Amino acid sequence: MSQLSAHGLGVRRAGRAILEAVSFGLEDGMFVALVGANGSGKSTLLSVLAGLLTPDSGEVRIDGTPLAAVARRDLARRRAYLPQNPRAEWPISVERVVALGLTPHLPAFGGLPEGLEPRLTQAIAACDLTDHRLQPATTLSGGELARAMLARALIGDPQVVIADEPTAGLDPRHALDTMGRLQGLAARGKLVIAAVHDLTLAARHASHLMALTAGRLAAFGPTAETLSPELLRRVFDVEARIVGAGGETLVDYLGPANGS
Amino acid sequence: MKPARPLPAFVLPGLAALTLLLAAAGSLFVGRVNVSPSDLIDGLFAPDLSLAGLVLTELRLPRAILAILVGASLGLSGAVLQGLLRNPLAEPGLLGVSSGAALGAVISIYFGLAAVFPLATPLLGLAGAMAAGALTFAFGRGGTLTLILAGAAVSGLMGAFLALALNFAPSPYAAYEASLWMLGSLSDKSWDHIALAAPFILVGLGLLSTLGRAVDALALGETQALSLGVDLDRSRLLAVLGVGLAVGAATSVTGSIGFIGLVAPHLVRPFVGHQPSRTLLPSALLGATLLLIADVGTRLIHTNTELRLGVITSLIGAPVFFWLVMRLRKVAP
Repeated sequence: MSQLSAHGLGVRRAGRAILEAVSFGLEDGMFVALVGANGSGKSTLLSVLAGLLTPDSGEVRIDGTPLAAVARRDLARRRAYLPQNPRAEWPISVERVVALGLTPHLPAFGGLPEGLEPRLTQAIAACDLTDHRLQPATTLSGGELARAMLARALIGDPQVVIADEPTAGLDPRHALDTMGRLQGLAARGKLVIAAVHDLTLAARHASHLMALTAGRLAAFGPTAETLSPELLRRVFDVEARIVGAGGETLVDYLGPANGS
Repeated sequence: MKPARPLPAFVLPGLAALTLLLAAAGSLFVGRVNVSPSDLIDGLFAPDLSLAGLVLTELRLPRAILAILVGASLGLSGAVLQGLLRNPLAEPGLLGVSSGAALGAVISIYFGLAAVFPLATPLLGLAGAMAAGALTFAFGRGGTLTLILAGAAVSGLMGAFLALALNFAPSPYAAYEASLWMLGSLSDKSWDHIALAAPFILVGLGLLSTLGRAVDALALGETQALSLGVDLDRSRLLAVLGVGLAVGAATSVTGSIGFIGLVAPHLVRPFVGHQPSRTLLPSALLGATLLLIADVGTRLIHTNTELRLGVITSLIGAPVFFWLVMRLRKVAP
């Protein structure tokens, strides 16, 4: 069953093509790492997939229904989206930040219904935030904030999780932690799509690799079959060596590609 | 750092409502005409018209009700705008509706309409506020920054016309009256003023109070709010409409009253764990209370010329704001 599919996506800004003729089909249980050079259109593609940006051509379908035909709140319940470097604008508690993930499940007025309280506690515990539950989110460290935002995204139990560079700005320990959590989600049958810059992390955790160059789909397939020095030369313009496989893959950059 | 849990949801609104009731009662018993509370109560229930009864029902009661409506409009508008724009400096005048109301009112004074027909000032003020709000929304739709900038541009435009009207005022007296009007006042307000402004204010307050979920989700920024199913365009429209109706109607009846809409949400915020939706009701109640107290102040402080309400709120509000800034400097990293 196809969970999320793109059909000839195109986005233009000021006459320049940001995305062009991007098509693919994603299914439950995949952890797709979206890679590509800066400005290759990763964030734009993720926004379009999340239904936050309407493409100029083509469409995204969720379970066969075009996103444009899915009600705002319904879509919000089915997919979660995490932007780059999310932050809290007011010093609200971690608990409140996480509870905001339930917004599409709540009535227009009133507080959090009693029945959702255990879910909140569970989501906070699952992201190791129990000690920080009442701390203002503005005082969290980068790693803690990333976990709080992840808990916010996961508390609504969405089927699709879309994250734009969830490991940006995180130290190795927290980057590993985040990737492990995303991988765990996919293992439990969710569809996870994340833009990732660290190719070693991507190769070790993601089941699939999707590469963009200049707004076009350069490659898409199971990580083991897709990741190759040739792909890295084409996508990132670098010479690289790939050592090992699966959970022990190492991507080692040798230098800029010759002759370009 | 482990702060305590914020107060239960009902405590602060309950306390604020109680304070408001006390302030309202106080404003009924204090005034220029010195009538004892017992006379006032007797007068109210006496079968025939008495001076005390008249003072209460025709002077102080409409004044108190208007103070509550206007103060609540300012407080709620400030809280909604600060939450929606995620800008602690947002205040009800930001969208240009107050300047629009002032321009409309000054035009009615300028052409002498106010002398012919007493409600001409609030009516034209209301028209000015609606026009300014529509102009801000027409230019500022589609983004937070554009909305703020459009509001500033419209305020500037209204201010320019206002200055023009004062510049070419037909008589020094008209210019004086217009400037005085702009300082804000609740004196000489009748039930007619309430009948005119209350429907707009109540509809405006109703629209603004639906924005709780939106301002909460916006605490995570616009993209996350959008991804959580918040319709940002609709929220912005509701906010402009709500502020336009409530603050527009309020300003057109009372003149410009500063600082209440800016300060009330800041005073409330620490007590509700900074959660934007939970600042709305207490800010409205606190705004009403502050305005009632300020109005009692204008009546208690005896001066030759009436001390205007907008002057007293600014005199009190500005130092409070200084204090907030100092506190923020300590709290913020």
